[in-house]
Amino acid sequence: MVNFVWLGMIVFGILVAAVNGNIEVVTKAALDGADHAVKISISLIAIITFWLGIMKLAEEAGLVRALAWIMRPVMNFIFPSVPKDHPAMGAIIMNLSVNILGLGNAATPMGLIAMRELQKLNRGQDTASDAMCTFLALNTSCMTLIPTTIIGIRLFYGSTDPTGIVGPTIMATAFSMTVALVTDRILRLVYSRGGR
Amino acid sequence: MFAIIAELSRWAIPVLLLVVPLIAAIRGVKVYETFVEGAEEGFSTAVKTIPYLVAMLVAISIFRASGAMEVLVVMISPFLNAVGLPAEVLPHAIMRPLSGGAALGIASDVIKTYGPDSFLGRLVSTMQGSCDTTFYVLTLYFGSVGIKKYRYSVITGLVADLTTLTASVFLVSTLF
Repeated sequence: MVNFVWLGMIVFGILVAAVNGNIEVVTKAALDGADHAVKISISLIAIITFWLGIMKLAEEAGLVRALAWIMRPVMNFIFPSVPKDHPAMGAIIMNLSVNILGLGNAATPMGLIAMRELQKLNRGQDTASDAMCTFLALNTSCMTLIPTTIIGIRLFYGSTDPTGIVGPTIMATAFSMTVALVTDRILRLVYSRGGR
Repeated sequence: MFAIIAELSRWAIPVLLLVVPLIAAIRGVKVYETFVEGAEEGFSTAVKTIPYLVAMLVAISIFRASGAMEVLVVMISPFLNAVGLPAEVLPHAIMRPLSGGAALGIASDVIKTYGPDSFLGRLVSTMQGSCDTTFYVLTLYFGSVGIKKYRYSVITGLVADLTTLTASVFLVSTLF
């Protein structure tokens, strides 16, 4: 699927550029994209390093395991393939909590820590595990309580009710999180039977 | 209610930064050494994501700059009109899973043109707030641990995005 989307964007993009007679934008766009990607990764070094340090402290202090233990009933139901009280569970909970609070800066490093823990459990080195797919389904559809950025933009353009969209946002994300979980369950069964 | 949530998110990180090292110290962890030991992997983790992000962002960048997005909008608008999605917010719906920055730009534009408290303004605000940059997240998270085969997670992500979209249209037209 990702191969299809990737190839599709490139082939379709170049074809449209050729038909429109502005083929020269393609080279520049490609290099700009690469440049942007490297800049994002470089900017991640700081926050990832910082949060990995804090998370290591939380781990050594037993806080990550404690968190995993508190949420055990829910987490075991959602992630049946991850052992009980595994550090991955704690990291997943931290990532989702921070995501819900709309603190994207801290959410990414915690998510990457969760992925690292899940990868330790994953024997097929370059193929996503069931637990990873479930985690990313939750992460990308994650409930949001405060969409900070867009509230700021609404305020900037003179909204009389900048936070009015908070209610619908919470409801829409809660709904899509549920749908994502169900979809993930169904696809997990389909793919394990299909043997892909 | 909103004020409570806003306060909670303002305090969450500082409290975490206070509580975690304190509890670690109380439990006899050598805090400085442990922090550094954990932080050591930060550089390699971040750098590991470079090839994955380059691959994805190059494709997205070509797709955007070539005008292919506008063509796609024209092609699929009949389908999304059936869901009740107005044509004005369609570019946003397509860009949202691909690029957070581009989607935010489109959302700002819609808000500026139609006003933040119009139906379209509220709709695009809800869409921006509730969807995630699915492809970026998948690329970054899988890339950091060297996963190349994403299996069904792209489909799940897109189903979730489509659900949010439909829910946003429904909720905004019902509530306002």
